[in-house]
Amino acid sequence: MSNGDPIIETRGIAKSFHDPVEVQVLKDVSFAMRRGEFVSIVGKSGCGKSTLLYILSTMDTDHAGDVLIDGESMTGLPGDRLARVRNEKIGFVFQFHYLLPEFTVLRNVMLPGLKLGLHTAAEVETRAMDRLRMLGIADQALKLANQLSGGQKQRVAIARALINDPLIIMGDEPTGNLDSHNSEIVFDIFRELSTERGQSLLVVTHDDDFAARTDRIIEMDDGRIVSA
Amino acid sequence: MGWRLLIGIALTLLRARLRQSIVAAASVMFGIAMFITLTGFMSGLNGLLDGLILDRTPHIRLYNEIKPIAVQPAQLADSSGHVFVGSIKPKEGLERIRNASAIMDALGNDARVEGVAPRVVAQVFFNVGTTELPGVVNGVDPLEEARLFRFKDYLVQGELRGMLQANSIVLGKTLAEKMLVDVGDVVQLTTARGERFLLKVVGLYQSGIADYDKVQCYASMQNTQKILGEPSNYITDIAVKLKDLDEAPEVAEEYRGTFGLDALDIRTANAQFETGTTVRNIISYATSIVLLVVAGFGIYNILNMMIYEKLDSIAILKATGFSGGDVRIIFIGLSLIIGISGGAVGLAAGLGLSVAIHHVPFTTQALPAVKTFPVDFSAHRYVIGIVFALITTYVAGFFPARKASRVDPVQIIRGK
Ligand SMILES: Nc1ncnc2c1ncn2[C@@H]1O[C@H](COP(=O)(O)OP(=O)(O)OP(=O)(O)O)[C@@H](O)[C@H]1O
Ligand SMILES: [Mg+2]
Repeated sequence: MSNGDPIIETRGIAKSFHDPVEVQVLKDVSFAMRRGEFVSIVGKSGCGKSTLLYILSTMDTDHAGDVLIDGESMTGLPGDRLARVRNEKIGFVFQFHYLLPEFTVLRNVMLPGLKLGLHTAAEVETRAMDRLRMLGIADQALKLANQLSGGQKQRVAIARALINDPLIIMGDEPTGNLDSHNSEIVFDIFRELSTERGQSLLVVTHDDDFAARTDRIIEMDDGRIVSA
Repeated sequence: MGWRLLIGIALTLLRARLRQSIVAAASVMFGIAMFITLTGFMSGLNGLLDGLILDRTPHIRLYNEIKPIAVQPAQLADSSGHVFVGSIKPKEGLERIRNASAIMDALGNDARVEGVAPRVVAQVFFNVGTTELPGVVNGVDPLEEARLFRFKDYLVQGELRGMLQANSIVLGKTLAEKMLVDVGDVVQLTTARGERFLLKVVGLYQSGIADYDKVQCYASMQNTQKILGEPSNYITDIAVKLKDLDEAPEVAEEYRGTFGLDALDIRTANAQFETGTTVRNIISYATSIVLLVVAGFGIYNILNMMIYEKLDSIAILKATGFSGGDVRIIFIGLSLIIGISGGAVGLAAGLGLSVAIHHVPFTTQALPAVKTFPVDFSAHRYVIGIVFALITTYVAGFFPARKASRVDPVQIIRGK
C-alpha cells in the first residue's frame, strides 16, 4: 500500500432500479481517487450522486462493477466484513446529521470508536473530546444530541466520522442545510483534514463555491461521469 | 467489549422509552408471578389431597382374601361321571397370614421398602345402652403407623402413647360423638364371637371421611389380638410403604408370587386420584403459559414499535460500522433485559404472594393437621419460571430483532 495507490477505485459501476419501472441510474462509472485528495462531486439533481456515494460507502451492494477501497475489492464480501470496513476506513457525513437522540453528544461520537475496539473506553473518550474540541463544540459534549442547533449537530456528525481516523471521509451535501458561516467552518475543517492529516475526502455538493475550492471536481450527468 | 457495548446501547434505548419498557417488564412480571403462585398453590393442594389418601394408604397391602379355592374338588374328579360334593365352605381363619414374622423380616430387608407395619382387623359391636353400633377395630403398631402413615396427624385428641396401655382404644370421632363418650371414658364392645370387653378411650381419630370415622377405631396389636382371642403372632394385614410409590404395581406383583398372598397396590386402588392431580397441574401450567404468551405479544408489540421509531438510529448504527448481527443482538438484548428484570421481580412477587396465601387460615375437617392454605415452595418452580420468562422474551424479541437487523440503511437515509 504505497501512497501512490488509489484509496478508492471504481470499475464500471452500473446500477438500475426496477421499481416501478426499469431505470438505469448509474452507467459505467469508473474513477480513482488518491490518498489525501479532496474531491467534490457535482451534477444536476437526480443524476445519481447519492446513489454512487452509497455504493462507495459499501452500504449498497446491489450493483454491477467493482469497488476497491484501500486496494481491497468489496465485491462479494459478507455483511459483517463490510460493516468492519465502514467502521474502520470510512467516515460518513450526511446532509441530515443523523445523531442518535437518546445518547449524549460525546457518546454519539464515541460509539463507532467503541465498536472498533482498538482503544479502551477511556482512550476513545479522550479521542472523542479532542475531535469535539477541534470542531469547537467541546462544551456541548454532555448534552443530548437533539438539544443542539443544526450547525452544531452537523459538526458532531463530522466529529463522529473522524473518531476512527478513517482513510476516507464521504459527505452527501454535508453543508446542504447550513448557513454560509457554518458551511465555511465545515469547509475549513475538511481542508485541514486533507492537507494536515492526509485524509481523503469525497463530498457531494450543490455549492459551486464549495466545489471550486476542492482539489478536483467530478461532474456527473444522467448517471455518467462527464468530467473528472 | 463487543457485548458490553451492545448491551449498553440496548439499555440506553430502553431508558429512553422507560414507560413502555416498564409496562413490558410488568407484563412479564405478572405472568411469572402468576405462574409461581398458581402452580405453587396447586401443587400445595395436590400435596394436601395426596395426603388425604395417598399418605395414609399403604403402598402395598398384603392380606389373605377369603375366597373359594381355585381348584374345586369336583374338578379333581374323573369328569366322565356325575360328581356330588357337599357344601364346601371357606375354612375358618383363612384370613390369617401364616408365617407373618418371617414375611415381615423379608420385607424389612428389601431395599425398596421404607417400612412395614403389621395390622389386625377385628369386627366388633359397641354397646350403647340397649343398641349396638357396628365398628372395626384396627390393631396397629402405633409408633410405626405414626412414622409411615402419618397416624399422628389424624389423632385429634389424646396421645399416641396412650395406645400402648392395656385395654385402651382410639375411637373414630363421629363414632365417639354418637356414643357420647370422650377421652378418659370407658366403652363396652362385643366381638364376633360374643365376648365382651371394657376398653378405655385414650384418643379420638378423625380422617375427615365421615363414613370412615363412624366405624373405624384403632388399638394396639396386643389389645386387638386379645379382643380376638388370638395369640401374638396373629396378623391379618401387612402394610408396606415403599421408597418410591411408582414402583408399587410391580413390587406388588412380585410379592404376590413370592409370598402367595393377595397384594393390593396403591395405584390400582386409587387410579382416579392421579388423574385429578395431572389435570390440576395441566390447568395451572396452561393458565401461566397463556399469561406469558400474552406478555410475549406485549413485548413483541413494544419492540416492533420501538424499532419503527428507531429506524433512523438503526440506519446510522449500520452506516457507522455496526453489522446486522450487532443490531440483532441489541434488540434481542433489549428484549431479554425486559425478560430478566420482569422475570426476577415476578419471582419475588410470586414468592411474596405464595407466602401471603400460605398465611391465610384454612381449616378442614378432612385434615386436622392443616391450619392454613398449603403452598409448595420447591425451588425448581422458580428455575422454570425464570427460564419461561427468558424463552418468552427471546421468542418475542426474535422477529422484531431480525427485522431490525435487516433494515437497509440506504433506504432510510434516502427517505429523509
Ligand atoms: N429506491 C429507488 N427506486 C427507484 N428509483 C430511485 C430510487 N432511489 C433513487 N432513485 C432514482 O435514482 C436517481 C438518482 O437518485 P440520486 O438520489 O442518486 O440523485 P442525486 O444525484 O443524489 O440527486 P440530488 O442532488 O437531488 O440529491 C433519481 O432519478 C431517483 O429518482
Ligand atoms: Mg442526493
